[in-house]
Amino acid sequence: MAAFDFDFTLEQGEFALAFKVHVDARALALFGPSGSGKTSALETVAGLRTPSRGRIAVDGRLLVDIDAHVNVPVRQRRTGYVPQDTLLFPHLNVRDNVTYARREGARPDLHVLVELLELAPLMNRQVGSLSGGERQRVAMARALYSGPNVLLLDEPLAAVDLPRRRRIVEALLGIRDQLGVPLIYVTHLPEEALTVADWAILIDNGQIVAAGRPRETFEAFGSFGPLRSAVRPIQDERPERSERFERSE
Amino acid sequence: MTAEIRDIAIFTTFAALAATAVMLVPGVAVAWLLARRDFPGKSLVETLVSLPLVMPPVATGLLLLWLFSRRGPLGALLARVGIDIVFTPAAVVMAMAVMGLPLLVRTARAGFEQVTRRYEQIAETLGAGPWRVFSTVTLPLAARNILAGAVLGFSRALGEFGATIVVAGSIPGRTRTLAVGIYSFTESGQDEQAAVLLAISVTIAFAAVLASNRLARSV
Repeated sequence: MAAFDFDFTLEQGEFALAFKVHVDARALALFGPSGSGKTSALETVAGLRTPSRGRIAVDGRLLVDIDAHVNVPVRQRRTGYVPQDTLLFPHLNVRDNVTYARREGARPDLHVLVELLELAPLMNRQVGSLSGGERQRVAMARALYSGPNVLLLDEPLAAVDLPRRRRIVEALLGIRDQLGVPLIYVTHLPEEALTVADWAILIDNGQIVAAGRPRETFEAFGSFGPLRSAVRPIQDERPERSERFERSE
Repeated sequence: MTAEIRDIAIFTTFAALAATAVMLVPGVAVAWLLARRDFPGKSLVETLVSLPLVMPPVATGLLLLWLFSRRGPLGALLARVGIDIVFTPAAVVMAMAVMGLPLLVRTARAGFEQVTRRYEQIAETLGAGPWRVFSTVTLPLAARNILAGAVLGFSRALGEFGATIVVAGSIPGRTRTLAVGIYSFTESGQDEQAAVLLAISVTIAFAAVLASNRLARSV
């Protein structure tokens, strides 16, 4: 369980993303139509984009506080990032990709990652020969080997064909439960969000339109239908902490 | 083949290799700066680096002669510590490096521009500092272009004539290169010698292109 403490605005030309989430969770799912700002939210947490205002903290570790002039450099953030296209280093083989991080401090043992993500037969392969699902698993291992405090995943199932999706979902559950690394991931698939996430955030056009427990949140949106920005936010209450989502103005 | 011809071939090859080595580090550094950074005077640097491509080589040679002669601004400084460049083998290497540099910089710059910034960003998220990002991600991904640029620079150095003859002359056994030698032998009616140098030039150029193609495939 990690405390996600986000309240920031990201401005990019015409587009603005207002992202306000305060919740204790093991996995957050960001859900919404293309161009709604999901990837931008992940990249802001990773430090690849700088918000114009606000604060970002994960488990009490402050990453950004614009007012206090805090902006932890990307390489010191310990936010593992797995982009949708994985961006495995094409000149390195799988083993050298996975073990790229040289960071001091706690991180999972390589053999634990190899077992969890079923990488043993892949370790000496060139990344160009991997399938979509294999690339995802390698990219997850590479990010996890850097000992992140949170793992950010951008549509980990997008490039994976249907029969192999189960394997990725199991990997996500393993990362969440065995390794205890909290997740924030972007998805288009409600069933994936229901299996892995314990908090769902629905974004449309740069605004959080609803947040809450995944099932209730999706149900309130009419059986997982495409998001409609006119839908009213759902209220959700949890005993341990007064999570709230606000419709950002 | 006479000893003189053999020495010219060996000297030219080594001078061109030395020129390539001399231009490699500053050339790659300038290419990276131009591809990745904005800084005051960037367009001036761009222009200066490309100048030898556009200027007549003889004019570049004259400029170098003026800069590095004993009374020139840089030559005077070097003379004070006992270094004399003009009309020495070092002048050959310098002329070759100056003429080859633009080709290296342009090709390497295109290579750096082709490396998507996102690979570098991913390396940063994995904790890599600027030098590690450059040496383990940017440089290897741009290696093919840098190599191609180095081969182009080497080839340019090998055939350099105009700047070399002005700043280094054509001193037999000291500064005479293949290109300068062909000219000098033809001028003095030694056509046979010139023809041998021509054949050597073709052979070295052929080998260089072949080697670069093979290297490019292996990178």
